[in-house]
Amino acid sequence: MPQNYVPIFIFIAFIAILIPVTLLAAKLVRPDNPHKAKLMPYECGIDPVDSARGRYTVRFYIVAILFVVFDVETIFLFPWAVKFKAFGLFGLVEMLIFLAILVVGYIWIWKKGALEWV
Amino acid sequence: MQSVESFVVVSLIKSVIAVFVLLTAVAYSVWLERKVVGHIQNRWGPTRVGPFGLLQPLADGIKFLFKEDITPPHVYKTLYIAAPMLSVIFALTSISVIPIGNWVTIAGVHTPLQITDVNIALLIILGVTSMGVYGVALAGWSSNSKYSLLGGLRASAQMVSYEISLGLSLIGVLIMAGSFSLRDIVDSQSGVFWGFIPRWNIFHGQTVAFFVYLMSAFAETNRVPFDLPEAETELVAGYHTEYSAMKFAMFFMAEYANMITVACLATLLFLGGWHGPIWGLTWMQAVLPVFWFLAKVFCFLFLYIWIRGTLPRFRYDQLMAFAWKFLFPLAVANLVITGLVVALRS
Repeated sequence: MPQNYVPIFIFIAFIAILIPVTLLAAKLVRPDNPHKAKLMPYECGIDPVDSARGRYTVRFYIVAILFVVFDVETIFLFPWAVKFKAFGLFGLVEMLIFLAILVVGYIWIWKKGALEWV
Repeated sequence: MQSVESFVVVSLIKSVIAVFVLLTAVAYSVWLERKVVGHIQNRWGPTRVGPFGLLQPLADGIKFLFKEDITPPHVYKTLYIAAPMLSVIFALTSISVIPIGNWVTIAGVHTPLQITDVNIALLIILGVTSMGVYGVALAGWSSNSKYSLLGGLRASAQMVSYEISLGLSLIGVLIMAGSFSLRDIVDSQSGVFWGFIPRWNIFHGQTVAFFVYLMSAFAETNRVPFDLPEAETELVAGYHTEYSAMKFAMFFMAEYANMITVACLATLLFLGGWHGPIWGLTWMQAVLPVFWFLAKVFCFLFLYIWIRGTLPRFRYDQLMAFAWKFLFPLAVANLVITGLVVALRS
């Protein structure tokens, strides 16, 4: 029933008000003495060298791409799983073919070394 | 059919109670963790504030409120302030669809023991919890500090990797139950087989899925042995290095609220929800299901803390290899076998 979803939004609205109010309340009561040393980026007490926007390894991008591929597959499996008994044998065979194609791709990715973190 | 006003009022009252209970539970799971880890390491844990240190969470809360909140000038201020709020809002939202018991009638209002009963509850929880990665990634990026950036990146990569295994481990349960509704999933686990073993999914065909879920859930919530994003000894605190006072507390609350959500979900999906032995008087029969549910959640939380006190941390390459080369194939195999067995039975 659609009206069952309304309480979720009421709940979100409630915490979306509560959380900023807490932050504001903290702002009213807390001390505020900024100091040059306090405001430095934390690097264990040493003056920061270089910008924090350095380069980082390309592996993170590969993980992001792999995530998109395999998460779409997971989402595709969810409705199938819920209607599993209604689909019967046809649904099972269909999904086994889908998974087989996916596993071939997975093995290819593994062989290519995309899963290695070096 | 109740009127619109009473519907809104009832939902609001339930929301307030849920938030209050959840935040108290969060505060006391921090206390429990400090106490249990303390005893595991042959220390006492908090003892000074109140009996057994029971008022410690309250003292911590007051301290967080009165601490100086340093917003360094080098951060991207909008995102820097939004990130902890996003984290905690997403972490709390998922509790809104979690049922803790059957329907009850209080003061003439017939209502489920949850904020709302929707038939796609599991999808909502998965959607909302996966939004949590935004809080972490934005915090790491907007802090404009090396430790934060690295922590945020690590956390995002880890959370998205383990999310796949987490999703796949639930599919076996969905095949068995045939519904996204958490109530239907719990109902599908009622009764016993072989005379005495409860038909909970963990005993009834989904044992492997439970362990896949367990490991993915630990990684999703950035807990030991997968606490790479925070890794105190190498990254200081990871994505929340530059945060202090209330904003830091919000990341903390988000982490523990996520733990509680994960524990509730494990209970509902694998441990039979509120099913358990029920006997005695009428009021006991009403209270016992809720008690069983909370007891199971507590056991799961205790497991979290126990493991934190026991295991060392993974290395990052081991962490990623574990997700992609071990958990993913295991989850797919479990899904295929579950499908085949259920198809053969019917």
